[in-house]
Amino acid sequence: MTDWPILSTVTFLPLVGALLIFLIREDGPAARRNIRNVALLTTVFTFVLSLLIWVAFDNRQAGFQMIEKTPWLDSGISYHMGVDGISMLFVILTTFLMPLCILASWVSVEKRVKEYMIAFLILETLMIGVFCALDIVLFYTFFEASLIPMFIIIGVWGGKRRVYASFKFFLYTLLGSVLMLLAMMAMFWQAGTTDIPTLMEYDFPGNMQVWLWLAFFASFAVKMPMWPVHTWLPDAHVEAPTAGSVILAGILLKMGGYGFLRFSLPMFPEASEMFAPLVFTLSVVAIIYTSLVALMQEDMKKLIAYSSVAHMGFVTMGIFAMNAEGVQGAIFQMLSHGLISGALFLCVGVVYDRLHTREIAAYGGLVHNMPRYAVVFLIFTMGNVGLPGTSGFVGEFLTMMGAFRANTWVAFFAATGVILSAAYALWLYRRIIFGALTKESLKSMLDLSTREKVVIYPLVVLTIFFGVYPAPVFDATTASVDALIAHVSQATGAADTAALAK
Amino acid sequence: MYQAIVFLPLIGFLVAGLFGRSIGAKASEYVTTGLLIVSAVLSWIAFFSVALGHGEPFTVPILRWIQVGGVDVAWSLRIDTLTAVMLIVVNTVSALVHVYSIGYMHHDPHRPRFFAYLSLFTFAMLMLVTSDNLIQMFFGWEGVGLASYLLIGFWYKKPSASAAAMKAFIVNRVGDFGFALGIFGVFVLFGSVNFDTIFANAATFIPAEGAEAAVGSVVALNFLGYALSNQAALTVVCLLLFMGAMGKSAQVPLHTWLPDAMEGPTPVSALIHAATMVTAGVFMLARLSPIFEHSHTALTFVTFIGATTAIFAATVGLVQNDIKRVIAYSTCSQLGYMFVALGTGFYSAAIFHLFTHAFFKALLFLGSGSVIHAVSDEQDMRKMGGLRKLIPTTYWMMVIGTIALTGVGIPTTILGTAGFFSKDAIIEGAFAAHNPMAGYAFVLLVLAAVFTSFYSWRLIFMTFHGTPRASADVMHHVHESPPVMLVPLYILAAGALFAGVIFHDFFIGHIEEYNEFWKGALFTLPENEILDHFHHVPLWVKLSPLVAMVIGFALAYQFYIRSPETPQRLAAQHQGLYKFLLNKWYFDELYDFLFVRPAMRLGHFLWKQGDGRVIDGLGPDGIAARVADVTRGVVRLQTGYLYHYAFVMLIGVAALVTWMMLGNTF
Repeated sequence: MTDWPILSTVTFLPLVGALLIFLIREDGPAARRNIRNVALLTTVFTFVLSLLIWVAFDNRQAGFQMIEKTPWLDSGISYHMGVDGISMLFVILTTFLMPLCILASWVSVEKRVKEYMIAFLILETLMIGVFCALDIVLFYTFFEASLIPMFIIIGVWGGKRRVYASFKFFLYTLLGSVLMLLAMMAMFWQAGTTDIPTLMEYDFPGNMQVWLWLAFFASFAVKMPMWPVHTWLPDAHVEAPTAGSVILAGILLKMGGYGFLRFSLPMFPEASEMFAPLVFTLSVVAIIYTSLVALMQEDMKKLIAYSSVAHMGFVTMGIFAMNAEGVQGAIFQMLSHGLISGALFLCVGVVYDRLHTREIAAYGGLVHNMPRYAVVFLIFTMGNVGLPGTSGFVGEFLTMMGAFRANTWVAFFAATGVILSAAYALWLYRRIIFGALTKESLKSMLDLSTREKVVIYPLVVLTIFFGVYPAPVFDATTASVDALIAHVSQATGAADTAALAK
Repeated sequence: MYQAIVFLPLIGFLVAGLFGRSIGAKASEYVTTGLLIVSAVLSWIAFFSVALGHGEPFTVPILRWIQVGGVDVAWSLRIDTLTAVMLIVVNTVSALVHVYSIGYMHHDPHRPRFFAYLSLFTFAMLMLVTSDNLIQMFFGWEGVGLASYLLIGFWYKKPSASAAAMKAFIVNRVGDFGFALGIFGVFVLFGSVNFDTIFANAATFIPAEGAEAAVGSVVALNFLGYALSNQAALTVVCLLLFMGAMGKSAQVPLHTWLPDAMEGPTPVSALIHAATMVTAGVFMLARLSPIFEHSHTALTFVTFIGATTAIFAATVGLVQNDIKRVIAYSTCSQLGYMFVALGTGFYSAAIFHLFTHAFFKALLFLGSGSVIHAVSDEQDMRKMGGLRKLIPTTYWMMVIGTIALTGVGIPTTILGTAGFFSKDAIIEGAFAAHNPMAGYAFVLLVLAAVFTSFYSWRLIFMTFHGTPRASADVMHHVHESPPVMLVPLYILAAGALFAGVIFHDFFIGHIEEYNEFWKGALFTLPENEILDHFHHVPLWVKLSPLVAMVIGFALAYQFYIRSPETPQRLAAQHQGLYKFLLNKWYFDELYDFLFVRPAMRLGHFLWKQGDGRVIDGLGPDGIAARVADVTRGVVRLQTGYLYHYAFVMLIGVAALVTWMMLGNTF
């Protein structure tokens, strides 16, 4: 078992599925069914296999596990894979959301099914790769390459303004990445290695940390996205097909937070401490600003997209609180947001598939003919506003608690987000679900189909399960996060004493 | 047994919620109601064994929850006298409301959903009162908020119901904003959110008088730029926590949601918006008495808010015409009384009033439900009148509720209704207390008692006496409610009449009985001697609530029985005052102007101007536009004439040569 390269298997298995689909030549209804089946089976199998990672994972160990390392290109760069408590659960989240996305696209995607499924499977490989890579070159490759399938998914299968949205998405994220690439080269010249665990131990000079931190920040802040570089997200979400939105909100955004935890905090602790006030400010602005903007949206997807930005504000705030509550809360918030916002986009997809509009005003009174839909939508709405008992609460509350310990102003302003999120989320719910069913076009809409139930019910269960019993997540993350916090506080403490000594 | 008390309602919720449609409405009703009756009976057993027996307080662990950093929180049930009192209040009223609803909601097609929500509410409320830590309390706190949201908006077809539901949730969230910050503050001060640890540390948290100078410079908490000492930090934390209580218990200025919440079905108003959920704030402060007791400033503020709410709500109650809104404002006002008791350090009186109030206020609400049921869903008292002969049982139940609320009784004896013992105790306690706000509170509470008596009897007279004002058709259909609705009224009426006589010695008796009953569940400092002082107030103080009540009754009798034209005349004479009261002091309009509209305008501005014009305009769209400009320019350069190109090439060559020559010199 120990010799078996499970991480690589999980990472590249989707590619095998993509290859199989590629080999299907005809293009009739039967072939399409085959394509969909192959995609679904591949993703389900990948998910089951990835659960073995969680089973084999040793919670007590803080460092990387299931390591695979082979030299690559003979240049000091190596193919180095491994997971620790911070990254492991993101792998599981990715493999878990993937089959749901395939199912969500089952009927809504009709043209170019083959290419669509191939793009999704490639995307899955790249996303898992991001979370497993332990070499900056490898990481960068996966990180950047994941842009391409997403770019294509939005640009080809998107809505009316898809080309504008996809280019905006691509250029925004590419711009940040270029700076990150430069920073990575600088790190290689300085430290002489591209190996992430080694770099995490390496002590970069304080001056250099500032520049490196800023370069990485440019990339991750766009990915998160943080205010004010968030404007690509609403457009991308609105134009993306439902499954694209789920992946975008569920996984791609998390790469930014993961990047902060993997690079910024451990490698540039002093710069992180120095820039923490900046991050706090941007986070708080994001929470209040985007919540207010969300209040006024007329498009369901845009509203949820803006609320995503607000929730990511809690994540960045928690990460840079740099204490156990904040960081653990941030990780939990990212996982929970992956479930809840993914589910909300699926919910939008359900009605979009029926009426082909996302305009809030076109709906109203759906509870009368779609009672089941009303219930699941309510549960996710409550998760979105952070009601205790849903997973949304645990992360939000802990990040605020961590922030309160670091700086009460930050927690104070962030807590106003609690009020605003209730306002926009409940108003959305009221306009769509409540009221009398008067619009003719809505009267014939049917409640959730069996396929939709299969997609959405697991998310309902997990949202409540992790709200009541989040322990499995915290058990996995505690050791690694504690080590990270200890490392950061030791480094910043050392820097402080050095500064005092001068 | 304790697990059963708390989780039976959850099972009821799950059965009715998940399988309600397949098992049918009847089965859903019986399952949820049956489980709650079991739960209520068990609660009384628990009450006798914990509060009246000799058992020590204890904790029942359920499941681990959040263990991160310094936070170590588990799902668990804390059982002591305070919890036991709340258990019987919640489960008794909830069980009776379940039974009553079988009759009241008889015609509604969505009964399984209704009963599921009622049970969900009960479960959340039980989690709140049994919590062993602040975070589980927060869970129950927001859980009851959710249930309240769902039940207020139960008739979702009505836009007003949806709006009221949303308003209730959001206003409560404003309170929860403070509550959450308060929890963080407690965590920073005491390093834990578990009650045992907090209470153990609270005792030594405030430095003694002499030691203060020595450690006075120690900063316990840095809050919003202020470096706070231990004492100041504790006060800030208490005030933040109290903000949560103000939201949940509808205290000024966070009261606006409660009257609107009357959009929900009447049994909901009785259970949630009178007897249980709105008293959660009172419970919270009593539970946290070990920390509130150390902050005089916070307690003074609590007294102030309580007294202000008591008088404010009573004045608004004077002129309302909707039968349920009158009772809603009355609830708001009575909650103010409870907070005065808390603020004056008289925690036991607050809980005692909570206990008795649950009976008579639920009785009044369910009674008014019976009236509404009788007059074909009419709620406006101006269209009632003369119903006494037609629905005599309901009439007498309402009268019992009214005499309990107004506190009929004979001072210095033990003859009296529930309100006579609990409400008068609060008024006398306010007189006896040494709090700077106590005098203010005493005067306002006595005045509020006049108003209470007036609006209560006004309700009775307008509804049941005089000439009928409803249409002949409606009057023809007036009928007494079925037994399933009346039996809960009888039980509540018994509580409203006798709860005071039976229990006052336990709740607020002399010190030995007090300690015997509470067993330390409520904490008072040694210098807090209000219990002793309260038993020795002068006779005129004891008589004052009675006098207030008689004045209120006499006025109501004069206005609505002897000369029914007086109210209109008065209203016409004092048009401004009348409008001011009728419009609830214009709080809603003020908030709409101050918060709702600006938030929306700001949201719109940030979206269109901030995101659209500034960020996108200067960022991607702006750059794209500039790139397009440049390319357009480049296109223009490409004229197609050979000599143009040759000329440009020549310049290029010249530039290159120059650069190479200059470059070599460096």
